[in-house]
Amino acid sequence: MSSIISISNLTKTYASGVQALKPVSLEIKRGEIFALLGPNGAGKTTLINIVCGIVTSSGGTVLADGHDIVRDYRLARMKIGLVPQELHTDAFETVLHTVSFSRGLYGRPRNPEFIEKVLRDLTLWDKRNAMIRTLSGGMKRRVMIAKALAHEPTILFLDEPTAGVDVELRRDMWDMVRSLREKGVTIILTTHYIDEAEEMADRIGVINKGELIVVEEKAALMKKLGKKELTLQLQEPLTAIPAELSDWQLDLKADGLELHYAFDGTSDPNATGRGISSLLKRVSELGIGFKDLNTKQSSLEDIFVNLVHRDSGAGK
Amino acid sequence: MRAPLFNVHGVSAIYRFEMARFTRTIWQSLVTPVITTSLYFVVFGSAIGSRMQDVHGVPYAAFIVPGLMMMTLFTESIFNGSFGIYFPKFVGTIYELLSAPISPLEAVVAYVGAAATKSVVLGLVILATASMFVSIDIAHPIAMVGFLVLIAVTFALFGFILGIWANSFEQLNVVPMLIMTPLTFLGGAFYSIEMLPAAWRVVTLFNPVVYIISCFRWSFFGQADVPVALSVGLTVAFFAACLVAVGMIFKTGWRLKN
Ligand SMILES: Nc1ncnc2c1ncn2[C@@H]1O[C@H](COP(=O)(O)OP(=O)(O)O)[C@@H](O)[C@H]1O
Ligand SMILES: [Mg+2]
Repeated sequence: MSSIISISNLTKTYASGVQALKPVSLEIKRGEIFALLGPNGAGKTTLINIVCGIVTSSGGTVLADGHDIVRDYRLARMKIGLVPQELHTDAFETVLHTVSFSRGLYGRPRNPEFIEKVLRDLTLWDKRNAMIRTLSGGMKRRVMIAKALAHEPTILFLDEPTAGVDVELRRDMWDMVRSLREKGVTIILTTHYIDEAEEMADRIGVINKGELIVVEEKAALMKKLGKKELTLQLQEPLTAIPAELSDWQLDLKADGLELHYAFDGTSDPNATGRGISSLLKRVSELGIGFKDLNTKQSSLEDIFVNLVHRDSGAGK
Repeated sequence: MRAPLFNVHGVSAIYRFEMARFTRTIWQSLVTPVITTSLYFVVFGSAIGSRMQDVHGVPYAAFIVPGLMMMTLFTESIFNGSFGIYFPKFVGTIYELLSAPISPLEAVVAYVGAAATKSVVLGLVILATASMFVSIDIAHPIAMVGFLVLIAVTFALFGFILGIWANSFEQLNVVPMLIMTPLTFLGGAFYSIEMLPAAWRVVTLFNPVVYIISCFRWSFFGQADVPVALSVGLTVAFFAACLVAVGMIFKTGWRLKN
């Protein structure tokens, strides 16, 4: 069994009539870091909350480590830890109490050594007797993570873990995610920061308007959908793109001072006669002088914007 | 791995969490009923009670003790039962309960158990305070404790439902203040319904609190306004109705899940 989470035809329509999830099917592999990427309102939180039991689905099934999340909710939930998007803490509890409480709630016997380890890993140990309301936002976020890890879950959901988080915590969090992965914990995180997914994830799912548009290995996704772009900084501005260059579908930018050429980064454009070298040759034949030139590989961000844009452009 | 049949650690975590709130404010929690009870004795017991006749051979000051206990038991059970579940809903920490491997029955046992424990303790504190002012012989002590627990659990469960239903603190207070307090006052907490004119006596029989106070008072003095079996039957029926309601609430996720 290689899937640790198996989602099939999951749908959700809220009482308000909002269809937050169109039938979604998704397999999460054991031990991977999976990033669910999508703009606000795409349905990321809804998906996670259904798997964790906070929201009821309108249809479809979810298996967590082989256990149906409704029928075998006990076994399914004992495996899952959740750090929700919003900071919800018991203001008048101490850090140690609230984290120990979570462990018990999830059906695990007391284990002060383990709790101590979790708190130390999250640099919360010195604050263990502090009341939560006296902590900063970043520390509260750490407490929520400690609560989610207190029962030693094998599946961890992080819903927008770094939204509004400082650099230090962000770095600590990625260290923690990596070391959890080394221990075999499967991690599913949502984000609308693409660089986060780019940095951390093994696989990426892009969700928009309740629909999973793509699920791919990160590298494959970037290769498949990545674009390269050539920019020529001109000496003299052009008012229009000369007809002789129409083969390349160029863009004129910066008041006519920049020529942009976007091309598919995977196929060899030179083979089609529309490669960079033939373009540069034609440009110099036309006597267009340029001061500088650079090429750039499109980031996941560009890919993402493209995908989401294309998806809405299709009138869905 | 097999699923545990009962999430003992989960229930005990919630129970201890809820009891901690009580013990954190233990002095406030206990001083209030002690002072209130003492005031009742100064006013009803001494000032008024001395001019009142015995009720069925029981001195008036002693006669009001079960009613006093019930009054606190109702409000405290409902308040603690509702607050325990309303508060996490209000601050958002309910997400953890909803995503935990804990069954509805376990959640109810933990929350209602803690709420009922607190009100039973308060009830006994009132009894202890009262016995400093007046001597009380309890005719059926085992039945008395049994009723105390049954009634505390029933109203804590009722409060639990209110806590799930309520969308604001105002709604949380409306039932205890606007319904329970008048029903208790009119429910024979401070008089025997036989002291009322015949017409009012009939009206009173529609007040469910009458049955509860009557059977509780019977456990003290061996006299009841209405048959004890009827009282117990009604209380158990109310308890069962609340239990069914809670079961349906969790099944449908009403007011808890989207
Ligand atoms: N409790 C709710 N009731 C009604 N609509 C909701 C609720 N929660 C979310 N939605 C709607 O469902 C859609 C998906 O929301 P969400 O899952 O929170 O998206 P994301 O986490 O990707 O930002 C949005 O249109 C949002 O307005
Ligand atoms: Mg979200």
